[in-house]
Amino acid sequence: MNKKFPDSVKVLILLSLFLAAGVSGCNSGNKKAKDADAAEEEFITAMDDETQEKLQTAKRIFYSLPSPIETAKILQSAGATYDETLLNPIRNQSGYITNLDMALNLGIYTTDLSYASLFDQTQTTLNYIEVARNMADGLNILDAINESTIQRLEDNINNREIIIDIISETLLNSSSYLKERGLESTATIILVGGWVEGLYIATQLAGNEPIENNKIVERIVDQKLSVDFMINLLKEAADDPDAGKVLEDVMNLKATFDKIEINLGENTPVVDPETNVTTLKSSSSHNLTKPVFDELVNKVTIIRNSYIS
Amino acid sequence: MRKGILLVSLVALLVSLPTFVNAQCKQFAKKTCKVGLNPYQHDGNYHAALLIEGEEAELYKTFYSDTEYRVGVCGAGNLSDIEFRIVDSNGKVLYNNRYEDYEWKWDFRLESSQQLKIVVKVPVTDENITEPAEGCVAIMFGFKDD
Repeated sequence: MNKKFPDSVKVLILLSLFLAAGVSGCNSGNKKAKDADAAEEEFITAMDDETQEKLQTAKRIFYSLPSPIETAKILQSAGATYDETLLNPIRNQSGYITNLDMALNLGIYTTDLSYASLFDQTQTTLNYIEVARNMADGLNILDAINESTIQRLEDNINNREIIIDIISETLLNSSSYLKERGLESTATIILVGGWVEGLYIATQLAGNEPIENNKIVERIVDQKLSVDFMINLLKEAADDPDAGKVLEDVMNLKATFDKIEINLGENTPVVDPETNVTTLKSSSSHNLTKPVFDELVNKVTIIRNSYIS
Repeated sequence: MRKGILLVSLVALLVSLPTFVNAQCKQFAKKTCKVGLNPYQHDGNYHAALLIEGEEAELYKTFYSDTEYRVGVCGAGNLSDIEFRIVDSNGKVLYNNRYEDYEWKWDFRLESSQQLKIVVKVPVTDENITEPAEGCVAIMFGFKDD
């Protein structure tokens, strides 16, 4: 019983375990369930109709929220102008102590950063990448934004495409780092923070302009389409109290978005044979009224200001 | 003492395994899928998971008018061609790569902003297999001005 393994055998055991993991490729929540029930796995290998049915019922669902880059790009393409006074001031960063504050404001600062970079605000871009880095460091997201990221950004500060690519890379690194560690709720909160900031900038830019034939207002209405995805993701993270707090805010916004009805006509895909790009031809309409819009502006402002204060 | 060290090492190893295999998935997504989005700008989101043959996954996303998108669905080398279809909120299938020789990407623009569903399936290559293949599948999005 006291027989000991030689060191070489121990090393071999460790090595084989590691290699076995490597061969298995990427992990997911589904793997846990699969390992937990070896009998079912054998059943799956048979691949009969019943098994196929089982796989169908175990189908995994993902939601993709608008990223800070996408949010800023949508604003720009809607004809938004640049207004630096709308950004979350850098000086606020020292007040963010909790994980919730840092996650929300990592999203907020990343949207500000994307917005500034799309409008070629080089110094602001450099300042905000530093703040985003501080938030990421505070959340222990290692190497999402490191010295080489900052250096690459400085070296390419006049190349908007590369800057956006660097921001995209930092988002991917943060998101994957958190998901790898089962911190999906933090990844969701970051995106919600970024989305709220985009909505805040859009509503402020729309200001007192008429809501009819206003492209920024159209973009604001479009955000109704992402609210349920956000709610589903936050509900999935119900065991995280931070996600619960953010969920309350999103539910509050949903109550106003629900007053807007969007009617979408039938899609007809038409392929351009030269570019091979498909256009989904369709029409849509909505019934947004000024009082509902004002209610939305008011709610977004309150929620956003509560996040940055 | 040695037994203790071995035990601690094993526990540490087992704890780090999910991170290790997920990191592989990320590298696959970055090196294989993201690069292929060019000239479209990757949106920064990360969606990748381990799927086995016969398994299906769904991803929901809002797409905006006046923007051109590329959706890319990439499977690790050990998987067969990945099947994907794009379905609108009325259940209408707008694209199915099965009829396009399992093309890994689809480029499109929209006249109306809307929610779309991307249904991804790893086809079963051989119904008599004893061990279905399993590998990383990544779904990524790129966009550019219309």
